[in-house]
Amino acid sequence: MSNPHSATSGTPLVELRDISIAFGGIKAVDHVSVDLHPGEVVGLLGHNGAGKSTLIKCLSGAYKADSGEILINGEKAEISNPRDARHYNIETIYQTLALADNLDAASNLFLGRELVGPGGFLDDAAMEAETRKIMGRLNPNFRKFNVPVSALSGGQRQSVAIARAVYFNAKILIMDEPTAALGPHETQMVAELIQELKKQGLGIFLIEHDIHAVMELCDRAVVMKNGQRVGTVNVNEVTDDDILGMIIMGKKPPQAY
Amino acid sequence: MTQTPHASTDPGLGPVARFLKATEIDTRMLGMVGALLAIWVGFHLYGALVNGNGAFLTPRNLWNLSVQTASVGIMACGMVLIIITRHIDLSVGSVLGFTAMIMGIVQVWILPQSLGLGHPLIWVVTCLVGMVVGTVIGAFHGWLVAYRGIPAFIVTLGGLLIWRGAAYLLAGGETISPVDSTFALLGGGPLGAVGAMGSWIVCAIAVAAILWMNLSSRKARRAHGFPLRPLWAEVTMTALTCGLVIGATLVVNAYPWPKGIVTQYAAANNLTVPPEGLFISHGFAIPLLIMVAVAIGMTVMMGRTRFGRYVYAIGGNPDAAELSGINTRMMTVKIFALMGFLTGLSAIVASARQTSATISLGQLDELYVIAAAVIGGTSLAGGVGKIYGAILGALVMQSLKSGMVLIGFDAAIQNIVVGIVLVLAVYVDILYRKRAK
Repeated sequence: MSNPHSATSGTPLVELRDISIAFGGIKAVDHVSVDLHPGEVVGLLGHNGAGKSTLIKCLSGAYKADSGEILINGEKAEISNPRDARHYNIETIYQTLALADNLDAASNLFLGRELVGPGGFLDDAAMEAETRKIMGRLNPNFRKFNVPVSALSGGQRQSVAIARAVYFNAKILIMDEPTAALGPHETQMVAELIQELKKQGLGIFLIEHDIHAVMELCDRAVVMKNGQRVGTVNVNEVTDDDILGMIIMGKKPPQAY
Repeated sequence: MTQTPHASTDPGLGPVARFLKATEIDTRMLGMVGALLAIWVGFHLYGALVNGNGAFLTPRNLWNLSVQTASVGIMACGMVLIIITRHIDLSVGSVLGFTAMIMGIVQVWILPQSLGLGHPLIWVVTCLVGMVVGTVIGAFHGWLVAYRGIPAFIVTLGGLLIWRGAAYLLAGGETISPVDSTFALLGGGPLGAVGAMGSWIVCAIAVAAILWMNLSSRKARRAHGFPLRPLWAEVTMTALTCGLVIGATLVVNAYPWPKGIVTQYAAANNLTVPPEGLFISHGFAIPLLIMVAVAIGMTVMMGRTRFGRYVYAIGGNPDAAELSGINTRMMTVKIFALMGFLTGLSAIVASARQTSATISLGQLDELYVIAAAVIGGTSLAGGVGKIYGAILGALVMQSLKSGMVLIGFDAAIQNIVVGIVLVLAVYVDILYRKRAK
């Protein structure tokens, strides 16, 4: 595992500063700051309702923060919808996968960014060819190119969602429990993919419940509880139990900051 | 480039299944065409056996059927998009009535005074006004749905009442007629058709287009190394579609003008009518050509443009569409605006056909339009629907209606039968989808 201290020097790729968002008087996210550097995987942990998904949706453009600011490469960014997020090369793999079930893999992969030929008409053949190419890399067993994604297995659907996120030169990747619906083999595939993307210099936010996955994949971990940030730790300086203590009791170990 | 083995070589499939798979025929469409043919033959035989006169499968009736289907068929194309995106539009009949009334006022009360009666610009301006008014009303409905969050059912239920009432207020319930004589051609009739030569030209263009499309799609698939349909299947399908077009041309050209019109025409053109009479073909009716053009344009839009892709995406998963960066609200406005545009177009055809704008024009059309889309396989759950399905659905319903008129069933029975067919069609569709899963 790379040394997190070297990764955290320099200008962060993303900085979420003092973000707050409330829904009907309940503070879902309460003055939370988090940063992410190139080539780094930062885990976001916490109970259901701790506010990690809400926090990250401010970055992906699904929600707009009530206060606080977002900096991309040190510059203030305005992200008020998913289109803006894509503009900053932020890609998100949602827990629900956000696929249109009635469309095929290629249509989903290129949804919102279709390839068009002369006259502005969709170039379906080119999109299918590109999809075959990237799926050949991510999931060589994938064959079902001409059926709606509703006919695919959980793992196949997941690989379509991942292909969509990595195809468009993402710089910042948000993964919301990417392995929740997967079998062991496919989970391993995702883990390898994360390592590969890390090497390419992407910054990855990983929302994850599985402590072991966090210990294995993440450089740093941010723990949230009741909308607040309990603390941030370098994963190789703490034990499973330290992190569990933060999640369950909100207890901050000495190494945390 | 690897050629994956194609379905036609699959062992273990019966000859019929193999044929269907190789030709990639949509089995649901096949079912609908079968149902349509059964209705046609059924009415013809019933007429022949019970009334001693099979009037259904005659050039005259089929030609009339094509004209009667046009208005509902044009609107059904737009309704497909509305229903795919999980909305509904109950207002189209009233908007049609309102738009027709505006056009009636423009071409009968306003324009003749400034341009002079029969001025060639009258019909052009009138049509433009109709299409603009329809589009604006549709866009307004869409805005209320998308940006004000009012359910489409409520917005358009309100629209159903409001626009019918507004149509009444516009002319105080008067019938406005007669419409401009050029405008009237858009509704069909002996003069509102393109004649034998014109029909053959249309036919030639259509056949050329079919050949070109099939060839270029085959070329594109080969260029990318995708599996190809077997050649025999390709040839069969091409021959079938071309045959259909040529057959339709023969039918409309076999329907001659009535004697009275021929005599008038001959007198106006200094022709002498031979004793056995002059055979002047109707050819394709203009409203039919308008509907076909709309259907082709909409099919291309749904299959080959971003707009169409987004319509399906929104229907399949609205949240995913939004997260993919699609401006779903603006799309909703555009979809309703398109529905409004097609309603305006349909108002042109409908009011031209009866050469007047009446207060009841388009009444209950919303139900026929929705039924056409649904019978044609558009799913009310969203995400699924085809333009050709809606056209076939409109044709099925109109066939039932005119068939029952021909064999002498009264209006009450017509409504009962159309209602039963609607429910039955959706039930069959549900069964089909269950089996497909």
